[in-house]
Amino acid sequence: MASQLRLRSALALVTGAGSGIGRAISVRLAAEGAAVAACDLDGAAAQDTVRLLGNPGSEDREPRGKHAAFQADVSEGPAAKRLLEQVQACFFRPPSVVVSCAGITRDEFLLHMSEEDWDRVIAVNLKGTFLVTQAAAQALVSSGGRGSIINISSIVGKVGNIGQTNYASSKAGVIGLTQTAARELGRHGIRCNSVLPGFIATPMTQKMPEKVKDKVTAMIPLGHMGDPEDVADVVAFLASEDSGYITGASVEVSGGLFM
Amino acid sequence: MDKVCAVFGGSRGIGKAVAQLMAQKGYRLAIVARNLEVAKATASELGGIHLAFRCNIAKEGDVHSTFEEMEKHLGPVNFLVNAAGINRDSLLVRTKTEDMLSQLHTNLLGTMLTCRAAMRTMIQQGGSIVNVGSIIGLKGNVGQAAYSATKGGLIGFSRSLAKEVARKKIRVNVVAPGFIHTDMTKHLKEEHFKKNIPLGRFGEALEVAHAVVFLLESPYITGHVLIVDGGLQLTA
Repeated sequence: MASQLRLRSALALVTGAGSGIGRAISVRLAAEGAAVAACDLDGAAAQDTVRLLGNPGSEDREPRGKHAAFQADVSEGPAAKRLLEQVQACFFRPPSVVVSCAGITRDEFLLHMSEEDWDRVIAVNLKGTFLVTQAAAQALVSSGGRGSIINISSIVGKVGNIGQTNYASSKAGVIGLTQTAARELGRHGIRCNSVLPGFIATPMTQKMPEKVKDKVTAMIPLGHMGDPEDVADVVAFLASEDSGYITGASVEVSGGLFM
Repeated sequence: MDKVCAVFGGSRGIGKAVAQLMAQKGYRLAIVARNLEVAKATASELGGIHLAFRCNIAKEGDVHSTFEEMEKHLGPVNFLVNAAGINRDSLLVRTKTEDMLSQLHTNLLGTMLTCRAAMRTMIQQGGSIVNVGSIIGLKGNVGQAAYSATKGGLIGFSRSLAKEVARKKIRVNVVAPGFIHTDMTKHLKEEHFKKNIPLGRFGEALEVAHAVVFLLESPYITGHVLIVDGGLQLTA
């Protein structure tokens, strides 16, 4: 699949790049020719991701190779701002592809969920996506560049999920945020779309009990959990000009689950 | 071994753009249209290994014999795109029953017939189908009541089929375009409509075609409706 080089001149910022879907997205965007700014709360994990990207070609314009790792807690306004400044300082331009993938879960039934668990999930998944989207859009608009913003939501944001009041709310919020950004930023040549993964084999779903996993898998029309690479395919498409007329869309990659 | 892709309505517009992309990717194409001459012209534009077929998809017999011919000359069809569509726009109170029926027959029944015909080989070998719907099928439009019913119907049909055959490794998806530069929209004044489109312009057939090809080749997406409308659905 990755034989095309659709992103040769792109700089892509990926948050949550240290593991799971974010790491697969980083690998895929780099394989399509993009320079990748890989950001994670765990800076060492982000660096591991960058090492995976290798150093394709010998066209090193950036002093430290084509890709770079960054550490940031995207749920904090100043940190998100600083992240964009650091990326621009490193690559001499704002990212034209921005993928917000940083996300956490703190599962509990509604009847027992603590305010703290609600706040933390909303802070990372929804506010973090807002902060990164806003900072990136500000940088892009002031540089006059076109761009593609891709926010990772979840199929759970469409239909809810038992034990995930906070997570489902945050992911539904990401869809509304992205649609609004699409309407506001279209005139600047910036497209904004969300991706709704179903159950994907990642560290996040690894935490699910085997029994629950079997039950969920039985509900998926295609009969199996997805791979992070399946989500990365969708992100690469949305990042590229192949999706030049797609904005404000929500792309489900769930094996048919909750269609 | 060649991968064979049948594009109904493949002689012009969105279908033709899909055929061009799929040909570039190394698929063998069956260009299917009501007018064989136009289909042949498109097929020969694509190069030597592609074939043209005549079919009125509203007729069961036509669909059946077209699939027999395609299999005979190209082999089993693993990829199917339904891009044949017509519109007969008028306010409902002025719409003739025959115009309702012709739209239903081509846009909805026709796609159901080609999908059913494709199942025979796909059930053994797997496959991927993309049906071209419309943003009108989701949002409705003045003067397009019957058309929107056919395109909305495609969505329910495609999702049901996706559920029926997912375990046979057959995926079924829909692309829902907004205003695209094709023969169907050439009478519309772009100036008037584009202010409601966040991207500020009509789309091109090629842009829809890229979305169709993306869905044809996405292994973990089924039963999905991919909207390709420059953001129009958010304001319509």
